Parts: sequence; structure tokens; C-alpha cells
Amino acid sequence: MDILRFATAGSVDDGKSTLIGRLLFDSKAIFEDQLEAVERTSRDRGTGYTDLSLLTDGLRAEREQGITIDVAYRYFATPKRKFIIADTPGHIQYTRNMVTGASTADLAVILIDARKGVLEQSRRHAFLTTLLRVPHLVLAVNKMDLVDYSEARFEEIREEFTAFASKLNATDLTFIPISALHGDNVVSRSENMPWYGGTSLLHHLENVHIASDRNLVDVRFPVQYVIRPHNATNPELHDYRGYAGQIAGGVLKPGDEVLHLPSGLTTTITGIDTFDGPVEEAFPPMSVTLRLADDIDISRGDMICRPNNQPRVAQEIDAMVCWMADGLKLQPRSKLIIKHTTRTARALVRDLHYRLDVNTLHRDESATALSLNEIGRVSLRTTQPLFVDDYARNRLTGGFILIDEATNGTVGAGMIVDAH
Amino acid sequence: MLQRDYTTSQLDVLEAEAIHIMREVAAEFERPCLLFSGGKDSVVMLRVAEKAFWPAPIPFPLMHVDTGHNFPEVIEFRDKRVAELGVRLVVASVQASIDAGRVVEETGRRASRNRLQTTTLLDAIEENEFDAVFGGARRDEEKARAKERVFSFRDEFGQWDPKNQRPELWNLYNTKIRRGEHIRVFPLSNWTELDVWHYIRREEIEIPSIYFAHRRRVFERDGMLLADSDVVQRGDDEPVFEAVVRYRTVGDMTCTGAVVSNATTVDQIIDEIATTRITERGATRADDRASEAAMEDRKKEGYF
Repeated sequence: MDILRFATAGSVDDGKSTLIGRLLFDSKAIFEDQLEAVERTSRDRGTGYTDLSLLTDGLRAEREQGITIDVAYRYFATPKRKFIIADTPGHIQYTRNMVTGASTADLAVILIDARKGVLEQSRRHAFLTTLLRVPHLVLAVNKMDLVDYSEARFEEIREEFTAFASKLNATDLTFIPISALHGDNVVSRSENMPWYGGTSLLHHLENVHIASDRNLVDVRFPVQYVIRPHNATNPELHDYRGYAGQIAGGVLKPGDEVLHLPSGLTTTITGIDTFDGPVEEAFPPMSVTLRLADDIDISRGDMICRPNNQPRVAQEIDAMVCWMADGLKLQPRSKLIIKHTTRTARALVRDLHYRLDVNTLHRDESATALSLNEIGRVSLRTTQPLFVDDYARNRLTGGFILIDEATNGTVGAGMIVDAH
Repeated sequence: MLQRDYTTSQLDVLEAEAIHIMREVAAEFERPCLLFSGGKDSVVMLRVAEKAFWPAPIPFPLMHVDTGHNFPEVIEFRDKRVAELGVRLVVASVQASIDAGRVVEETGRRASRNRLQTTTLLDAIEENEFDAVFGGARRDEEKARAKERVFSFRDEFGQWDPKNQRPELWNLYNTKIRRGEHIRVFPLSNWTELDVWHYIRREEIEIPSIYFAHRRRVFERDGMLLADSDVVQRGDDEPVFEAVVRYRTVGDMTCTGAVVSNATTVDQIIDEIATTRITERGATRADDRASEAAMEDRKKEGYF
């Protein structure tokens, strides 16, 4: 059994909470005491139906105000897969939350109300999903029961969205007509839509192939921690020196020739260690410890790669940045802390090339700053070289966060598009 | 092109993520510690810590907030594990906080030291100058926890502000804090109760005996079976009887209920949980039943 992480986008009105509630309920991930609590609260409020959004809205302020503040993580499993849902709210601070939820997602489910069709927010959801390079996108056309399960309406929405998505480099796009309220095409195929030849949403989630989404070609091992037991009594451990980290790309094997950055020196992997014994190969997302043949000065923040396949060593970085700070703005001359893989440096904003309107994709080149939830193309100079790939090539070596030096808050997320 | 699929099982993915989180803390903080209660989640967390730094020893101490109302079997288990691993154990005592006048003991039949633990915990963090504190909490446990970050910032009062959390993207964690502040770190955030049990089975991890079915003298309160013990105040209208029970969670004797069960092996426990229709905290924790937002309110004050 493997794991699929997926993000859901859409507002309460689109039936997102109902859909999640149904997936959780039908996979028995909702328990009786949780359901009783929801039923009790729904009854007290006189909503007239069991409001499944109460399951996901966990904080006091959310329940009191009937809004969702933050990304909530939900879990369910079928015999085939474990699922982690990043449930992102549709109302306030939308971009920040959706970017956060999408950053680790293998797949995104965007809900569209069949009556309303493709709205501005649907386009925004699709844009953010592709900006964050979520490999698989599902358009769940919901409330099909309210349009008489009309094939024509479904096709109309599919055509309109496909035309828009072609501008976005959306890779794997799947359309599924559903009714979350009645369960049509959610867990099993609906008899109300015999014209639909595809699978149910759950069947798709269970079977979509994600193993090859990881980069297994470019070897990237950011050194996270150096393990030196300094064990005086055990001679085998006395001189042990291992480089611990989580593999960000490629497949590593003992005997492989590797190159260390920033030194540029080459050496050979003598062993790949884990608590459970040495392994013959290691690949993402494994956390392992490498032993190397030569005594090179290697520390946290360094990178191990292949001599003939190296990341760029860069201090000048161009990236799409999503700004996440309340109050503080990103503007030229801003000084920030940048955290990229296991390396932390300082960064100076050299230029803001344009601000992107996430609804129209219009580039505003006259913009002088980015405010909360705005996205733009930014040039940064860093105090130390970073070992980077384009985000499109590798999400782990192409993504970074920005931290405000004054408040220590995480104020931005960046996706590298160019570097030198 | 590639000969094989490179699919990774869910337990391996969760373990790799937890190891990455632990190494990140060890690399970026001066004085981390790991909260160890002897409960199943902290036992799993301890195994992950062993793996993360092997063949070196775990590079931080363990801390237990001892309410004085623990199950004796669990304290015995705690001391055994600590001795086996050769790690340092810091015991923060709620009784000491009471004796020092830092907190006042609750009285009456429902008296519990659950809420008092927060003061003891925060005092111990301050006294030991811990800047990162590992906890075994999982997001599937409770709805306030479902919204908490893996690296959860606490201000100088130890408080959690759910509306002002740092965004967390990819596997990049912001570890920046000022002196006196700290980060609570939850390496098992994405594990479910079943994942924990599957991991215990796969790794053959030893757990305290009270997780398995045993005969115990209990009484019923609010639909829960509480242990008959000197530390639990029982009314005359709460008759004691003997039952075969086990615990799904390990907390204080005063607020942790047992469930009727015949499960004596990890396999049987997994079968039982896979078919149960009640959450572990709903079934067994009086401390969560105080109100809809009982956990959120305690977390804001600095609770685990």
C-alpha cells in the first residue's frame, strides 16, 4: 500500500466539504462519536441537515464564524492506498493556503458547480495547481443532479476548461461528473449517468500512477546531518562518518561515482546505511546515510550529485514567488532569509519583474511590490551559492521558502524558473 | 527505461518523513528534547529517533511530565526503555509544581491533574532551556490537531496561536525563533492510529502491558471504564467490578478509560481497531470531553 497526497480546492458552496465527508464516511474514516458530535451541533444550529463541514472545521473561531481558516489535513485509507487530504479553504487567504496544500500534493481535485460552470475561482485553482506542479489534476463537476445529469452540460464545461488549461501546461487532466450529496460517481459508478465512460472519483484516486512522478533521473542528495558516533569503545564506530539526508532525486547505489558540491570533488559511495541494515539502492523519498570512499570536508547544506549531472551552482536566482505575509510587502531591496533544501542563506530582492493576476494571468510589469497572496516573478541574489534545479524539473531542489529576519515569520514561497 | 516501479509503502514514506524531521531538529536547534510518556505514539517516536541517528546515540534527552497519577506499568516500562537506550531522562513532576505552589490541585470527584501538566511542562522547558520539543501528537487524533503544523511555533508564554501559524511548504521547515520561544515538533503528524499499530507490528516494538487485554478492577463513569485506584476518587454510587479490558491511549489514571477487549496480541489489536467505530480519544479520554474545543483551549495554553 502506498500513499497518495491530494489537495482539494473549491468553496463550501461547491460541495467540497460534502465530498470530503462522503469519502471519509464511505471509507469508514469517520467514527460514530465524530458523526454524533456533528449531528448534535447541526441540530443545535437548526441547519436541518448533517453539516459535514463541521468535521473539517476544527477551530473554535471557524465553527463560530462558519468559515475555514487554515489548511486541514484528513486521513483515510482503502485496501489499495492510504490518502492524505490537504483540505484548503475557499474564502480568505486562499492563495497562501492552496499553495501550501498543493506543495506536497500528488494530485488536486478542483470542484466545479455544474450549474455555475467554470468560474474565475476555478481558473485560479487550476493556475495555482499547475504553478505548484501538482502532477495530476481532477476536475470534479459536482451537483450533476441539479442539471438533470446532463451530458451536454458536462461536455460544455469540459470544453471550456480544456481550452483554458491548454494555456497552463496542465499535464494529466481528468474530468469526472459527480453528485457529492447523492454519491454519484464518488465511490462507485453512477447509474444516473450511463453516458459517462470513465471511473468513479475514488477509483481514480486509488489507481492513478504516481511512482514515476518523482524525479528518479537526476541524483540529488542534500546533506542534512553528519553522523559521527565518536565511539571510543567500538573500533568499528570510532572512525564512522556518515552523511544523512532524504533523497531529493535519482537512484543511488554503492559503488556509484558521485560529486560533492560546493567542492567539486568526486568520490565513490562505499555504503548506504540505515538502522535496519545497508541497502543496495536508495531513491526518493528515502531517508538514508551515505558513506563515501574519500575524506572530503562535507557538512550540512552541501549537495551530493553525479559528475555528469549536476544542479546549477547559483547566487542569482529567478523565481515565481507567492507572498504570504500580512502587512510586510516584498519589494526591490528587501532582505530576507532563504531556506532551500538543507541550506539557509540571506537573500536580497534585486528586481520584481511583474505581478501576475492569478485570475486573468495578466502580467502587470508596473507593479512595485507584492502584498499578501500575490504572486510575481522575482530576481534574488543570495549570500551563498545554492545548488538548484528548475522547479519544473524537481520540486524539492527547485522550491524554497523566504523568512523575514525581523519577525522570523515564513513570508514567501518560491519556485525557481532560472538561475546562474 | 527504469526496470522497476520504485513504489514505497506507506509506512516507509511516513518513517522517512519522520526521520527527516528529527534530523532537521538535531541540525538546527541547540537544545531539543523528546517528550516520552511511555504511550504508543512516544514509543514509536523513540524508535524513529534511534533510526535517524544510528549508529550514533540519540543526541537529545527525553522528558516525561509525571503527574504522579500514571499507571505503574507505564512508569516501569519507561524506566526500562531509558536504561536500554542509555539516554538521559528529565522527569518534570506535577507534584513538585503543586508543592512549590505553582499550581493548585483540583478537588472533588472529577479532580484531575491533566490541566496542571501544562504549567509543569512549560516550567521544565524554560528551566532546561529547551528550544525544540518533540511530541507524538497526530493530526488524525483530534480536530484542533488536524490544523497544527509539523513545526509548531510557541511564544515566550508557551502559547499556540492557531490563527497565526507559519505556512509549511514542501519539506522545508522554518526553525527560526528568539530566545525564550520554542518549537513543538510533531514527527508523526501524518500517521493514523492504524499506521502506528502497523508500525509497532512491523518493527516488533515493545509497548506497555496495559495496551493488551488484562483483568482489572474498574468502575463506570460517563460511559467510560476507569481504573479503581487510590488516585481516583470514586463515589458510593460507582460500584467496582472486575472486567477484561485494555487501554487504547495512555494518560492519567484519573481521566483515561479502558475498553472491554480480549485483544492480547498486536495482530488482535489491529483487527479490533480496524473494525471499531469510535475514535481513540472519544472512547477513552475524559479530558477531551469537557467541550467541543477542549483540546484547542488547552493547546493554546501550551498543552502537549
